Amino acid sequence: MRPAAAAVEGSGAGIEARFRLAWSGFALDAALQLPGRGVSALFGHSGSGKTTLLRCLAGLERATDGYLAVRGEVWQDDACGVYVPTHRRPLGYVFQEASLFPHLSVRRNLEFGLKRVAAAERRVSLDHAIALLGIEPLLERMPERLSGGERQRVAIARALATSPRLLLMDEPLAALDARRKAEILPYLERLHGELDMPVVYVSHAPEEVARLADHVVLLRDGRVLASGAIDEVMPRLDLPFAHDEEAFVVVDALVAGRDERFALTRLEFAGLPLWITGLDAPLGAQVRARVLARDVSLALAERHDSSILNVLPARVVSLDDASPGRTLVRLDVAGRALLARITTRSAVQMGIAPGMSLFAQVKGVALLR
Amino acid sequence: MMDAADLAAIRLTLELAAVTTAILLVIGTPVAWWLARTRSVLKGAVGAVVALPLVLPPTVIGFYLLLLMGPHGPVGQLTQALGLGLLPFSFAGLVVGSVFYSLPFVVQPLQQAFEAIGERPLEVAATLRAGALDTFFSVVLPLARPGFVTAAVLGFAHTVGEFGVVLMIGGNIPEKTRVVSVQIYDHVEALEYAQAHWLSAGMVAFSFLVLFLLYSRKRGGMR
Repeated sequence: MRPAAAAVEGSGAGIEARFRLAWSGFALDAALQLPGRGVSALFGHSGSGKTTLLRCLAGLERATDGYLAVRGEVWQDDACGVYVPTHRRPLGYVFQEASLFPHLSVRRNLEFGLKRVAAAERRVSLDHAIALLGIEPLLERMPERLSGGERQRVAIARALATSPRLLLMDEPLAALDARRKAEILPYLERLHGELDMPVVYVSHAPEEVARLADHVVLLRDGRVLASGAIDEVMPRLDLPFAHDEEAFVVVDALVAGRDERFALTRLEFAGLPLWITGLDAPLGAQVRARVLARDVSLALAERHDSSILNVLPARVVSLDDASPGRTLVRLDVAGRALLARITTRSAVQMGIAPGMSLFAQVKGVALLR
Repeated sequence: MMDAADLAAIRLTLELAAVTTAILLVIGTPVAWWLARTRSVLKGAVGAVVALPLVLPPTVIGFYLLLLMGPHGPVGQLTQALGLGLLPFSFAGLVVGSVFYSLPFVVQPLQQAFEAIGERPLEVAATLRAGALDTFFSVVLPLARPGFVTAAVLGFAHTVGEFGVVLMIGGNIPEKTRVVSVQIYDHVEALEYAQAHWLSAGMVAFSFLVLFLLYSRKRGGMR
């Protein structure tokens, strides 16, 4: 977590929130700063308070002792008796399940929010929202005649059409099957690229977080366990991410070159080449890839006699026993973090210790977006 | 065959039912909305009062309304002070009695319709910048439309079928308070069975038709 002083400095542009709320059997006590742009993921198990926190941001749940400022605008400050009701907050909210008004056509659903926004505040045109979510052919249909994925796309477009200053999404993909999810994710990624509005996205699926988020807030039992940039939070050995069976780090990199003959693409990662199979990403594109901890092995010397394509010089930052017989190693590769999961026996035999220089052999890199 | 008095009774009955239904929809909507949404401890008490006409003999309702609206009752003194005269044995009095008598038939379907809508559409509307009143008219009313149809039909039909309350507070004044049910009673008393048949069979047919249309409506047309 960042020091408080830095957060106060940046509070004008970001989101500053503090909520306290107690129900029988559940208490939320969360304070956090989120960046004023990009996607922040609220991540945690069910019951961790992530949806409640999102609802507090929207004003749908009233925290008794709360403070919320979005890009310098105070929406709630119970110390000063300020509370802006939901319908006066310039936000968009996408619910987990389909939430279209059943009595209105898709077009009239889209217009519902739009026509309640003053013309001077409209920054996202209806046409843009429709095009972004690809729902042009659905406009005259009634919601009952849409598939689950289509409904969610309309719901997202409906929220966007109000030109929100903050977009809140509560597991918008959770109710959908894998195919529908795959259908919507590209649209969400486009939002990210095309609109300058902070998004707070609730999820319990690490893959979604890895694909979409720039900032991650980890919640447990109504408290913030960690909050920070995704490439800072995911590799932390003191957090549960690193200990997941499928633990990974995300790598934001530039497509720097390609090898047509062997169908390989070269990413530039921390100034080092990282080869991925396939030629899908165009040159110069900014991509995000994922490296699983179990796909990284360690060697004391740089070897050229193995089939492993990516061998990166690394320094050991810290170690942690992941589970009996297995050790997690956090590595620093020219300032970027990587995780390796190896057997404890190897770690002991190689004498791996913090500060040691060695080579990370990366067996697999998967392109996320 | 029906005579002029019968036709007058029919016209009066329809007028009474129409006015009563209109008033009940206006009064019953906020009451039903409150009952559907409140977490107040008063919910049980208010719900029970609304449902009382379902179980009380109409004579009891009529009796207390008569006392309340009579020359010595508080409502009667108020109406007199306002220069409206006394309500018993007038069409206005019948309307007041009918409103009480048919209250649950309007409030309960509305309350169920409002409860069926749930919290979510209201929250969605709020996130789309609609305030409470705006949400009520643009989301709640259209979604509760089947409930309004049921409430209006039941309120109307139940008022048409009213007898005891009318007899207690309206008496039997031709063209003023003599509704169909009372007219039938008079025919039977006078052993005019043929005329009683016409009106009674008409009531059966009307009631059956209304309920038939109500119950054979397509289920879940709107939701």
